[in-house]
Formats: sequence, structure tokens, C-alpha cells
Amino acid sequence: MEELWLQAVSILAATLRTATPLVFCAMAGMFSERSGIIDIGLEGKMLAGAFAAACLAVVTGSAWLALLGAVLVGVLMALLHGLACITYRGNQVVSGVAINIMAAGLTVVLGNAWFGRGGQTPDLAPEARFMPFKILSRESAYEIPILGPLYAFVIGGHNLLVYVAFATVPVAWWVLYHTRFGLRLRAVGEDPKVVDTAGISVAWLRYRAVIIAGLLCGFAGAYLAIAQNAGFSPHMTAGRGFIALAAMVFGKWRPWPAMFACLLFGLLDAIAIRLQGVILPGIGQVPVEAIQALPYILTVVLLAGFVGRAMAPHALGQPYVKER
Amino acid sequence: MSGAPQVALPRWVDIGLMPVINLVQALLVAGLVVLVIGVNPIDAMRIMAWGAVYDSVAISYTLYYATDFVFTGLAVAVAFHAGLFNIGGEGQAYVAGLGATLAILLLDGYLPGILLIPIGLIAAMVFGAGWALVPAYLQAYRGSHIVITTIMFNFIAASLMVYVASDLLRAPGDMLPSSREFAPAAYLPHVHDLAALLGFQMHSTPLNLSILWAAACCVFVWVFIWRTRWGYAIRAVGLSPKAAVYAGISPKGVIMVAMCLSGALAAGVALNQIIGYHHRLLLDFVAGAGFTGIAVALMGRNHPVGIVLSAILFGALYQGGAELAFEIPTITRDMIVAMQGLVILFSGALAYMNRPWIARLYAMFDRRAVLAEAA
Repeated sequence: MEELWLQAVSILAATLRTATPLVFCAMAGMFSERSGIIDIGLEGKMLAGAFAAACLAVVTGSAWLALLGAVLVGVLMALLHGLACITYRGNQVVSGVAINIMAAGLTVVLGNAWFGRGGQTPDLAPEARFMPFKILSRESAYEIPILGPLYAFVIGGHNLLVYVAFATVPVAWWVLYHTRFGLRLRAVGEDPKVVDTAGISVAWLRYRAVIIAGLLCGFAGAYLAIAQNAGFSPHMTAGRGFIALAAMVFGKWRPWPAMFACLLFGLLDAIAIRLQGVILPGIGQVPVEAIQALPYILTVVLLAGFVGRAMAPHALGQPYVKER
Repeated sequence: MSGAPQVALPRWVDIGLMPVINLVQALLVAGLVVLVIGVNPIDAMRIMAWGAVYDSVAISYTLYYATDFVFTGLAVAVAFHAGLFNIGGEGQAYVAGLGATLAILLLDGYLPGILLIPIGLIAAMVFGAGWALVPAYLQAYRGSHIVITTIMFNFIAASLMVYVASDLLRAPGDMLPSSREFAPAAYLPHVHDLAALLGFQMHSTPLNLSILWAAACCVFVWVFIWRTRWGYAIRAVGLSPKAAVYAGISPKGVIMVAMCLSGALAAGVALNQIIGYHHRLLLDFVAGAGFTGIAVALMGRNHPVGIVLSAILFGALYQGGAELAFEIPTITRDMIVAMQGLVILFSGALAYMNRPWIARLYAMFDRRAVLAEAA
């Protein structure tokens, strides 16, 4: 029994850790898409942010400067996306694809040129990273029955950015639904003409939305490179940006449901790793790939309207042309 | 696709000059990156250009890479003509490889190559088209966005193929996740083999006869898009779905046909890589060609001629990039990936950035254009 509980606790803890970058990126995507700008460049912005964080952590040795750098790079790439989609009314999907591919290429090229090691950054010292808070030691956690491990591994025992990620959800919810900016943001994603008629700049609103998206992607990247791992490795985002996109769609472009989708997908990932090669009674060996594909399959099924209905913001993907 | 501020420019500017300007812009930024990492961009450019064409081996490799890009470029272009963005070329080509492999694994003990290879190709096309048809159906009849669905299908394909290659098809005793090797009858002939038959000596390269299939696909796409009723319907829906409905064209059917064709075209990658070169199913044999296809289609302005030209350009970049990475180890082959991103950025995302100043420049040389614009 106790063994099972410890298993469950460790899966929950792993779920939170894998869900963290997803939550950041899902919130990022939500802000962007709620304003009407498709953001399939989450992956690229996160990757570039991770690279910037690792580089700065190596050079300065400061986790905070690294985080700042990651956010800056994320915002810069978001501005490029904004320039293409808002100012020049380009195709938003094409722009996102460009950002993803550029980030995938440039991070490895620059990383290899600066550090050798085939694009990997040197291992970071604990001082240059966001390390888990130690509230209870492992030994003392086991002494308190049931609640001990839960407290030590699920509630506590994470690094700062995990808490920040989950804190962004209520903040995003409050901003979207309880501020004037949020109201306008949602309006501009539904019907930009209305917002324009009210004398509010559509472009500036959308720019702010993509900047927020870039900022959050920077956090996600910093988490991957200097909190969860001790450095950058090529393509380390490994499709998480797309899982986050799926989670956002799965959560119907809303903060809380999107967060739960991230947790669900994080849980699937945590289970998949533990099920590798395990033979379940009555089922046999579960193909891990099936569990890994499940987030994508679930999203497709949901989008197809077989379970509930996911409605995208009405003006999503349409560049706004002010009438002359 | 939508909301384009249209300035009247002659065709040659649009399809000839613009891609060149986009390419120059991408090269300039790439040059800047090369400068940042402390390599002379002119040297890098020279090594790359020379590396792509210096002898028959280099040219063969360039064409071998270009073959893949023609397939994926055409796949993206056909969907584009219907107003659809098929990001799923990667997954469609990947699953097509499974089709080819299954067909050949089943039959290579019984049939001669002249039957095996076409059957493999047809199986690849059926699988590729099938993998494209699900997102197409969901877009047409269930209203889910094809961009999201095709992205999801890329990942589902990746998981599926890992499962298939490592659990179902892995040859006994084989460490690598791959199928067994095909019988030699199923090998699509290499160009150097044919050259040897004709009495020429050529070095052995991966270039194979799938290049002929690529050429046939180009002709077919041109005829289909611009000379058939279906092509007309596709272009009509792409330009204006509402007007198409008014003209009696069903956008649903068009979405299905365009995506089906798109997936079948992407299947060419399986012909080149699986039947033509590796002769077994390998993980990740598409290697990003599906995404390169986006850059190729954008730069080639969705026209077969443009696609062939930009596919050869990207093939040269791949081959030249390999030489560059060999000569200057500071620059990895990922520079080519970055270059693709830049081309997509400039010729796709920022396409309307260039138009106004090119139009103004053009107007300075052509008074009639100014008058036309003023009118």
C-alpha cells in the first residue's frame, strides 16, 4: 500500500515537472490566439529561449540574468511574428513555421560555434540554475506517513519556475476575464472591427498579446534549460510547444481547462516513461508510443467535435485590414 | 491566402524577381549569422556553391536531395492552390514509407522488380494519401482546422512509425529499429547503374530513378491544376470559397481531392528514400523534407517550374552545406535548416514587406504603372 502511494506521489511530482513548460506555452498560445494571432511558433520561441538562458547562465553564472535573456529572446521572436502577422499581414501559420525552423537551425549553429560539443552548452553549476527548494529531506519525508511524501515531492521540492508556471494560470484568467485589457483582447480576437470602431488600436492590442506570448515562452525555455536540465541540448523542446498548442486547443482557449489539459498530457508522459517495457496483467505490454501519441489523438478527436466542441476565436488567423 | 494588399506588378516581377530578392535577403541574414560566429561569409558561400556542383558526385547528391524537395514542394503547392496549408507532408511521406515497405516485404519473394516497384509506389501513395485524407475529412466535414490536425498527424505518424519499426517490423537479431532489407529485385535502379549499362563510368551515389517520377509529377501537377476541371475547381476554392460555391463547386470535395493528391505526391519521398536508396524502412527517413517542401513551394510560387528550380536550390544548399560543415567545422549542417527558416520568413511570412518598395521602384522605371495605380 505504502509502496503504491509512493509510486502515485512520484508520478504526480513528475506530472507537475513535465506540465510546467506546457503550462507556460499554453498560456502563451492562449494570449496570442485570443487576440486573433495563430501561434504555432511556441516551439521555436521556447527553444530559442532555452538556448539564450543556457548561454547566459554559462557566461554570467546567474540564473536570473539567464531568465531575463530567455524572456528577451522570446519577446524578440514574438515581435518578429508580430511584424509579419500584424504589420505586414502575412500568413500567420507560415510565420510560425518560419520561427520554428529558424530556431531549430540557429540554436544548433550558434551553440556549436560558441561551445563546440555539437550544439550542447556546458553543464551548469547549481548556482547558475533554478534548483528545487528543499523543504523536507527525503529521510524526514518518509517518517511522516502519507502526507510526508506528498508534501516533500508534490507540493514542495520543485524549483521556482514550476510555481511561477502554475501561478500564471490564475493571473491569465484574471487578466483575460477581469481587466479592461482582457476584455479588449478577447474582443479583438472575435471581431477586430468592433474594437477598431471603438477607437482602440487593433495592432497595438495584438502586439501586446504576442509580446506576452513571447515572454511566457521565454520562461518555458528557461525552465527547460536552466531548471529542469543543466544546460541546452539541440532540439531539447522535442515537440513540447506543439503539445502545449494541443493542450490549449483541448482546453478550448481557456486558462483553467488548458492548464488541466497540460496536466493530463504531463500525466500521460509520466506514465508512458514508467510503463516502458512493463507488462500489465491482462493487457500485455502497452506500446509506449500509443500513450505518447495520445495527446495528439485526443486533440484531433476533440477538434473534430466528436467530444464536445472546441471553438476557436472567431477572427483567428485573419489579418485585420483597416477600411480606408 | 487572405487579406493581401495587392499592388499591380507584372508577372515576371512577381514570379521571377521576388523569389530572387527573398533569397538574397535570406542569404544576407544567414551571412550575418556566419559573420557573428567568426567565419568569412564570402568564403562560406564559395565553399557551399562549389561543394554543390564541383563534380558529378556533388551534382548527383544535389539532385538526389532535390528529388525529395520536388515531391514535398508539389505536395504543399497543390494544397496551397486549394487554400489549404498542409504542414503534414512530413507525416504523410513517413507513413507512405510504411505503405511501400509493407507491400514490398509481402511480395518481394514472388514478383520481379518491374511489378514490385510500381506496386510499392502505389502502396506508398495510398498510405500517404490516406494519412492526408483524415485531416482533409475533418476539415471538410467536421470543421477542424487543417493546420492543427496535420501538425497532430505528424506527431501521431512519428509515434506510429517508432512502434512499427521497433516492435512490428524489426528484423530478428537487428539492433536498429528498421525492417529487414528488401530483396534486390525491389531496388529502384540507381542512375550510376544505368550509366554503367550505357557505358559511362559514374561514381556510386544515392541518385536514383525516382527523379523521373518527380519530373512526371511536375508535369502532372501542371496539367492537373491548370488544364483540368478539377484543377480549376481547386484554384477557384483557393481564391474564394464563396465564389466557388456560387459557381457550383463543392469546397468539401475539393478539399478531399487536393489533400489526397497532396499526400500522394509527398509519398514520392518514400520512393526516393525507401525503394530507391535505403531499401528498408528506417526511422526518420524523411528527415525534414516535408518542412523543406514548405520553403520550396513558397519560393517556387506554387508552380511546378518554380518548385523544380527552388528544389534544386535547396538540394544544392544541402549538398553544399555538407561540404561546408566538412571544410569549416564551426558551421554545422543546421545552417541549412536556419536558411530554410529564413527563406520561409522572407518569401512567405514577410511577403508583403517587399511588395510596396518593389512596386515603388518598379513605378520609377515604368510610368504606365504609376498611371494605372493612380487610376
